[in-house]
Amino acid sequence: MEAQSKPCSVKSTRQNELRKKLPKKNPRYGLLVDYEYCTGCHTCEVACKQEFHRPTGIGGMKVLEVLQELPGGKLYPTFIPFPTELCVQCAHRVRECKRPACVQHCMTSCLTFGPLDELAKLQAKKPKTVLWAPK
Amino acid sequence: MSTKGAQAIRTTTWSAGAGCHGGCGIIAYVKDGKLIKIEGDPEHPRNQGRLCPRCLALTQYVYHEQRLRHPLARVGKRGENKWKEISWQEAYDIIETRLNDIKARHGPESVLFFYADGKDVSEWITLLTYSYGSPNLVYALSGSSCYTPRTMVTWAVQGDVAVLDASQWLPKRYDDPTYTIPRCIIVWAQDPQATCADGFYSHWIVDLKKRGSELIVIDPRCTWLASRAKFWLQLRPGTDGALALGMLNVILTEKLYDARFVEKWTNAPFLVKIDENRLLLENDLAKDGSEKKFVVWNSKEANTAIWDPSEAQFSPKKTEPALEGTFRVTLADKSTTDCKTVWTLLRERVTNFPPEKVADITWVPKDKIVDAARFYAKSHPSAIHWGASIDMMTTTTPTAHAITLLWCITGNVDKPGGNVVARDPFNVNPYPLQPGVGANALSLPPEVKKKRIGADRYGPLRDFRPRAHTDLTLEQIFTEKPYPIKGMWIQGANILAGNGMDPRRWYEAIKKMDFVVVVDLFMNPTSMLADLVLPATTFLEKDSLHTMWVPLQAIKKVITVDECKSDTEIDFELAKRFNPQLPWKNIEEMFDDILKPSGMSYSELKKIGWKIPPKGHPSAPYLRHEKGLLRSDGQKGFNTLTGRIEIFSTWFRNWGIDPLPFYEEPPFSPISTPEIYKDYPLIMMTGRRSSVYFLSEHRMIPWLREVEPDPIVEIHPDVARAMAVKNGDSVWIENWLGRCKRKAKLTPIIHPKTIMVPHGWWFPEREGSDPSLFGVWEVNVNQLIPMGYNGASGYGSPIKTMLCKVYKAE
Repeated sequence: MEAQSKPCSVKSTRQNELRKKLPKKNPRYGLLVDYEYCTGCHTCEVACKQEFHRPTGIGGMKVLEVLQELPGGKLYPTFIPFPTELCVQCAHRVRECKRPACVQHCMTSCLTFGPLDELAKLQAKKPKTVLWAPK
Repeated sequence: MSTKGAQAIRTTTWSAGAGCHGGCGIIAYVKDGKLIKIEGDPEHPRNQGRLCPRCLALTQYVYHEQRLRHPLARVGKRGENKWKEISWQEAYDIIETRLNDIKARHGPESVLFFYADGKDVSEWITLLTYSYGSPNLVYALSGSSCYTPRTMVTWAVQGDVAVLDASQWLPKRYDDPTYTIPRCIIVWAQDPQATCADGFYSHWIVDLKKRGSELIVIDPRCTWLASRAKFWLQLRPGTDGALALGMLNVILTEKLYDARFVEKWTNAPFLVKIDENRLLLENDLAKDGSEKKFVVWNSKEANTAIWDPSEAQFSPKKTEPALEGTFRVTLADKSTTDCKTVWTLLRERVTNFPPEKVADITWVPKDKIVDAARFYAKSHPSAIHWGASIDMMTTTTPTAHAITLLWCITGNVDKPGGNVVARDPFNVNPYPLQPGVGANALSLPPEVKKKRIGADRYGPLRDFRPRAHTDLTLEQIFTEKPYPIKGMWIQGANILAGNGMDPRRWYEAIKKMDFVVVVDLFMNPTSMLADLVLPATTFLEKDSLHTMWVPLQAIKKVITVDECKSDTEIDFELAKRFNPQLPWKNIEEMFDDILKPSGMSYSELKKIGWKIPPKGHPSAPYLRHEKGLLRSDGQKGFNTLTGRIEIFSTWFRNWGIDPLPFYEEPPFSPISTPEIYKDYPLIMMTGRRSSVYFLSEHRMIPWLREVEPDPIVEIHPDVARAMAVKNGDSVWIENWLGRCKRKAKLTPIIHPKTIMVPHGWWFPEREGSDPSLFGVWEVNVNQLIPMGYNGASGYGSPIKTMLCKVYKAE
């Protein structure tokens, strides 16, 4: 198997899939976080920094850390990516049928972007998730 | 940020910039010759669009104001931080003159060529070192304690490196019908979520977990992965060898191994001559016998039988080799000798490590050891993923040996979802020393080769990787015996802040040199002591190849930053000056030559970007030993001297080290040095990875530094409380060798008897000139770690197992 030899096309198959999924009229979008699988790598924070050229200390994503200490001494470090007041859900990318920068680059693919009602359906099937609806 | 009007170019990562061993597909957006953005390439089979924080911060890295942009020559005293810009021509002239002068007066062996880590430097610095004529290529880390020990062991034991099969060789990845998800994965001594190492995209393990793999995590710290594991074995640092032997004990005692595989594909039934502790050979039995044929006990005829690796069969053909037992064998001179099978010897070894005893040594409860061993052995397929911490202990070689045997005796070898053989894709090896690739132009005269430091003492430096021994090299700089060292070429190795243990001695060593050149991207504590500093490039500014396992990839030059040159260009151009006989006119010709086994030219590879070797190629899985794809003679079996997996290693025997795995206490530990432990009651680990830093890099990148702003020490809250240390307090970490200052991070993820002190710290924002050297002496943890405590193979170092105390800084 080899890579496509055509000149780099930025439109990928994934983008086409996304285009099909997006509703036509003024949907409300959200971010579904699977915090069973967020490893706390901070990719989402830096992806957002790059996307919007954010200065130090300011960003549209913030990874929260909760170190759960459970009965029997079991530890359960948990990370929860949180879209801040600055998150605009990468509207410019979505217009180009690209996923938000944090979602695309997430190292564990634990972030899903889409219309809220669809994400709610996904959430019903997956425990340890949180659904953010920033706007 | 909009990418409108920008050109989108696909390329591949490797080292400077991202820092890591690379291989991820990216799309670089370039506008008016400037990089404006980096994204992961969704079409790339490795990372599938994903990308780590270091790559995503590349725009800040590439155009950082502190980046070196022109060759610099020292004008003040060494370390004074006074420089003048010179041209490349001038720089090359100075280097040629000075190094040739040293060669004329002291011989080429008096110049050392340093590099570090798995960067896109090692191949090209080899070219330069050999073109100049020095036998002393030096990996800057004590005991080569990063992947080299593990690769050496797997190479010796099974003839190839083996890695966890996460479907990386299959274009369709997890969905490929030939692939099987591992039922069990042992993640041993690595926090893969913190950085991708050893050519492995670490989050594949999370992908696999999502698809059903259960995990056993063996780690002294409760990493994120440990918290999600079915079993977390929190062991005492450095006791991994005992744990592996304990698991082997369970597997052998309970007969959980793959008996058919062991009999057919390993040297378990081979006879070992007890008095000489070596494999019995055909020429022991008959004078005209071969020394390349081995002996088993044929239980069918109650007599010896011969194994011929080049025929991959026994004589007599229908031999039924005994797996266990002690046998008296008559030798050629009619005398008799006692022999045991390899399997019997292994059983004797592991019998010394019953789970109760292993629990005492390792701190891991007995039941957990037994349950984990059973779960690993009973799950099919199972795989082991391991980390550099295995290299960073003195007993690295026997430890890696024991762990390798776990996947070998359970038959998880080159199977889908097991540990598969990892070879360079299409057998393209970029080291320009391989047969056929400029080898004749690059060989050293035997009398010079002999002078390689440490090669007389340590076999792997002769037969595995031709490098000088780091620890003996440092010693020789001061003793000047048997010959003096006068020059250092340091390329991509920040010895004083990153990979040098006992860095004060390295500081003295560098200051002692007549001539020092540093090639790097930023001024750092090490380059501050150089006479010449040459500016290198990130992977975005160079043409190169990426061959670590799969796919075969081209790295493409996307942008230019001032006068920076790639490591390849620098080494190639200088190599040409020292050796005009080099067979290539330019780098592209050299790449074409290297790429020959793939049937592609460099420009062809660049056009397609990457290529995965097809099924049936020796560099693509599976079950190659059954198809005769691993050995150069085309026989079935493994690429070892016996043609089988060598539980009893002939290479180790030839090098004078123990051919079977064993366990030994770390040189400093509560058990081996109780007197020292009284004064220094904490076990100090260092080297934990971070997703925002690669080793000593990236501290000057604002988006990354923001995530991890301070050099910390992880310390258990109970321990901190006892000395009135609060979260964020400054503390000193100290032992008999030195001390460093850190900010306390109180966390229960660490065992109360251990601390973790992250490595690689210096402060790019502080004064650079000597004696400050960017504050390195305040913060560098390596000041508490000695040089020269290596294992019998020459590899390993007590980086994870030092003793120390902690107290509040006033």
